[in-house]
Amino acid sequence: MSSNHTCQPERLVTLKLKIWRQENKNAKGHFDEFNQKVSPDSSILEMLDEVNNKLEAEGKTPIAFESDCREGICGTCGLAVNGHPHGPLPKIATCQLHMRNFKDGETLYIEPFRAAAFPVIKDLIIDRTGFDKIQQAGGYTSFNTGSAPDASAILISKKSADLSLDAAECIGCGACVAACKNSSAMLFVSAKVSQFALLPQGQPERYDRVQAMVKVMDENAFGSCTNTYACEAECPKGISVSNIARMNRDYFMAKLVNEKVEV
Amino acid sequence: MIKLNSNVPEGGITEKWSNHKFSMKLVNPANKRKFDIIVVGTGLAGASAAATLGELGYKVKAFTYHDSPRRAHSIAAQGGINAAKNYQNDADSVYRLFYDTIKGGDFRAREANVYRLAEVSNNIIDQCVAQGVPFAREYGGTLANRSFGGAQVSRTFYARGETGQQLLLGAYSSLNRQIKLGNVKMFNRREMLDLVLVDGKAKGIVVRNLLTGEIERHAAQAVVLATGGYMNVYFLSTNAMNCNTTAIWRAHKKGAAFANPCYTQIHPTCLPVHGEAQSKLVLMSESLRNDGRIWVPKKVGDKRQPDQIPEDERDYYLERRYPAFGNLVPRDVASRNAKYVCDENRGVNGGRSVYLDFADAFNRIGKDGVKDRYGNLFDMYQNITGVDPYEIPMQIYPAPHYSMGGLWVDYNLMSNVPGLFVLGEANFSDHGANRLGASALMQGLADGYFVIPYTIGNYLATEKPEKANPDSSEFKETEKNVQDDVKKLLSVNGKQTVDAIHKKLGLILIDKVGMSRDEKGLNEGIKKIKDLREEFRTDVKVVGKGEDLNQTLERAGRVADFLELGELMAKDALNRNESCGGHFREEYQTPEGEALRRDDEYSYVAAWEYKGPGESELSKENLEFTNIKLATRSYK
Repeated sequence: MSSNHTCQPERLVTLKLKIWRQENKNAKGHFDEFNQKVSPDSSILEMLDEVNNKLEAEGKTPIAFESDCREGICGTCGLAVNGHPHGPLPKIATCQLHMRNFKDGETLYIEPFRAAAFPVIKDLIIDRTGFDKIQQAGGYTSFNTGSAPDASAILISKKSADLSLDAAECIGCGACVAACKNSSAMLFVSAKVSQFALLPQGQPERYDRVQAMVKVMDENAFGSCTNTYACEAECPKGISVSNIARMNRDYFMAKLVNEKVEV
Repeated sequence: MIKLNSNVPEGGITEKWSNHKFSMKLVNPANKRKFDIIVVGTGLAGASAAATLGELGYKVKAFTYHDSPRRAHSIAAQGGINAAKNYQNDADSVYRLFYDTIKGGDFRAREANVYRLAEVSNNIIDQCVAQGVPFAREYGGTLANRSFGGAQVSRTFYARGETGQQLLLGAYSSLNRQIKLGNVKMFNRREMLDLVLVDGKAKGIVVRNLLTGEIERHAAQAVVLATGGYMNVYFLSTNAMNCNTTAIWRAHKKGAAFANPCYTQIHPTCLPVHGEAQSKLVLMSESLRNDGRIWVPKKVGDKRQPDQIPEDERDYYLERRYPAFGNLVPRDVASRNAKYVCDENRGVNGGRSVYLDFADAFNRIGKDGVKDRYGNLFDMYQNITGVDPYEIPMQIYPAPHYSMGGLWVDYNLMSNVPGLFVLGEANFSDHGANRLGASALMQGLADGYFVIPYTIGNYLATEKPEKANPDSSEFKETEKNVQDDVKKLLSVNGKQTVDAIHKKLGLILIDKVGMSRDEKGLNEGIKKIKDLREEFRTDVKVVGKGEDLNQTLERAGRVADFLELGELMAKDALNRNESCGGHFREEYQTPEGEALRRDDEYSYVAAWEYKGPGESELSKENLEFTNIKLATRSYK
């Protein structure tokens, strides 16, 4: 778009869009239909921008949807496309779904992530505050700024650091919950539990943490895990279900090692 | 004219911060809980500040327009964070980091602030490791480092290409702990729309609840703005969609000086524009320049595929022009040179992009070695462009990325408005006219973890610990003004969408106030922006209501502020008759085409006071370089 750039002539594709519209949390929703011409190099969110610009120009209410970084890291955007959280491609967030992956004339169903724990606020915007509540319950190491020892005082094997980072890459988008038939948040919670469980800094509160986070998870309308692994399949960062196994072990161990057992 | 006192403490550069920490007044622990502090923004600077102030015992109210503090755009920083640990035994030191940052900023930053930044850089790494940030490690278990542009030592700590994410989640975790402990009250989905002054001091903010449209008043004894940068003024930038200047611009309209608005950084390693519908630009970490080599064809308009262009017909222009630093020259130098070769029609296919080629790295460390270092960046490139960068060299082009300018602050990070503190990218303080890679994360966390917790106490110790009152006439009046502004936007009912006008503004700015500027273009730009502001006032169309979730209205308010800021950027660029860092004036260059600084006349911070739309008055803070000798920045 900028005058500093020259654009190649583009071949546009026409898509039929069925987009979820819902006035507010309590309203009944429905699909609105749009025919949209789009550049194959556009992302799905850029296509929605174009739909909205047209709606606004006509004085109509644009489709409410959220996004921010549009680089797949902030976790804000979360749409289900043709039934898949973040669309049919593996390991990307919605903002990274480009229209070259769809054929001319194809129909796209665009909906919010569906889960009891994520009520719809408006159209494609959902409420994910349950995730923050879980993090607030124990997703940290308890020490104050200024009290840290030298960073190199404790050696950490490359393997542990890498595994910890694999888990820590979770972007908190909620695709795992939306993918799960039980709306379980186990992958999300286990990612944070594992990040700390794999590092020496996480050891002092290891068992308290897992108990506290699981408790709040259970209080917030997230379901149980029945090992279908749909979460891993839809996770834009490819977070492994082995984190769930690790969390289950820690949760079991917590019952043995913690005096304040809560069952 | 505003009186600008930098309040830099006396003493030698190495003792200033220690002396100052001792001489500052303290708030006794029992009194801290009587003070309310508002922190706006939850990126690295805001989250770290809110968490640390909570730990100290202050009552903190933290605000973000996101659904969660974890979404702040710091999360997207990729490459790393600098610190003077010297773990690599390559002669790094606090002084060298200080020196590199001053030189990298082209001698337009305040020495004392930058020295303090270098000094606390090491504490940040300790802090983050203790938080459980999984930094990259060597096989022996020690922390790994990589090198970055503008430095000849390896001092950058990283977590794959997701360092910002890991550091932000670390700060977010500390914030969460304070929320749980009840020291921080978190307000999500609130956008600050004005600053409230009582007796000339910052005493609160007015925000809009983005879910309900309700306008709310929040009072405190001090206000901390950590609301990031303003590069979305260009419409297309690497900033996240919601990044905006509204919080700092409205504080500016309430009296806070805006410093060096023309210092903008156009980042060299971004993906080229794909077409009209493009909503933002995507950056790839400049750490790629460690192993990738930048080149264009020597021949004008060469449309051959890259593998058909023999080695001796390629121009590795950075290596040719800057043999000492090569592909690792600072960002402004790399970007401007990319612009020049594309202006000569030597870009890829004669267009606006250059190659970033890893062929040598593949031979040296193998594809797996490259994948280990940059795997996620390569994946991202392939995902966006549909081209496999392991097979075909990447194409890159510069994009607006970071604003060095921002609200003016003194050594204590307080603006000229008493009680208003500004941290991170939102202030102007540490990067001069150009920021070095991996220094933004360092500054954000330095400000939040290790500076504001000390300096805010010095201010509050002089304030009475009495409950702030959000029902005073000043608050009610500010609230009414905000409501009137909202109504005004909704009532125009013109023909152009908010985005359409924002795109026009972006085109004017990238053309006239982009990688190179000149007097004629700047004057044209100012006129065009004034006209566009008038178009916005009379012809914008903002659909929907104020008392509802209304994203169009949110954007309209932000664009209204960008339209004023854009003009100030051009004015500032016009005033600065020299080239320095990201500000390159065509009229001021050396015979070799490098930036020509004019230290005798322009070695100052340009701080602008708001005098109405399109009206501003300049005040100057002279910069003194007593430790590092002013020199021409050379990377040859």
